[in-house]
Amino acid sequence: MTLEFFLGHVNYWLFIVLMMTGFYIVVSRGNYVKKIVGLNIFQVAVFMLYISIGKVTGGTAPIFPTNSQGKIKIDPEIVYSNPLPHVLILTAIVVGIATTSLGLALIIRIREEYDTIEEDDILEIEAAMAQAENDEHGSAMGGRA
Amino acid sequence: MTETIINVILFTMLVTTAFAIVRMTRLFAVVMLSGVFSLLTAMLFVTLDAVDVAFTEAAVGAGISTVLMLGTIALTSRSTKPSTRSNALPLLLVTLTGAVLVYGTLDMPTFGDPNAPAQTHLAPHYLNESITEIDVPNVVTSILASYRGFDTLGETAVVFAAGIGVLLILSGLRRRREEEEEDES
Repeated sequence: MTLEFFLGHVNYWLFIVLMMTGFYIVVSRGNYVKKIVGLNIFQVAVFMLYISIGKVTGGTAPIFPTNSQGKIKIDPEIVYSNPLPHVLILTAIVVGIATTSLGLALIIRIREEYDTIEEDDILEIEAAMAQAENDEHGSAMGGRA
Repeated sequence: MTETIINVILFTMLVTTAFAIVRMTRLFAVVMLSGVFSLLTAMLFVTLDAVDVAFTEAAVGAGISTVLMLGTIALTSRSTKPSTRSNALPLLLVTLTGAVLVYGTLDMPTFGDPNAPAQTHLAPHYLNESITEIDVPNVVTSILASYRGFDTLGETAVVFAAGIGVLLILSGLRRRREEEEEDES
């Protein structure tokens, strides 16, 4: 592996480190707010990956300069980065906040119903509820429920 | 060269913030750090020439989502229970997924390569023709509002649906609370 290859790809690997940190929070932490934060970190790391694909070395932001009369003048010397990933990620950020707010609303509802936002506690409550239901209806089903 | 140094510093701060979020048990600190994370991301977007995205990320990621999360922890709880589960399985899963993703990047074009497939297909058309076709100096604006206008319409529909969903989930929250208090008293 040459140094050139390393420098040309190390940014992708750094995004993957961030992505996996977010993923780790989602799978290993039981608190729902923390899970949402982890999901956001994962999502932002994906955004960075997309934006870095659109970057051109020596490029600048894709906005054309205007002169004093407000006329756009095109200078073929200027290199611009790819504007298409920017547009896609703008849409993704707004959709991301929509899904985040829906998730947070669900957390508030879960807290109202179970009085906790820890996954472990909720699993325990669910198991106790299933057990109680079994005890109540089990004999009527001939002990098969 | 300066850009590389700035990127490395920003990345160190991003990774530190993310690791701190993993370890924190107070949710207020977690939410604030996620706002910090979004602001650092916005800075990184500026160095990657995506000024419009940086602007949106700073406003939406660091602003609105932090406020929403603060509202949520005010309505639920302020701290998390320390995790009792073993960390071995999640770590293994994360390492495996990361390794597969790294394997996938080996074929990717070099960072900043002007001849990468992403740069040669649609972008030249937008950069060369949008002035005559749309006449807006900001190419991102002309793509967002004109070339891909239906995309933006779909995005608006998603936000509308999410807003309706939040309203439906939370409707009657105060009414149910008051009924509960009446029952207790």
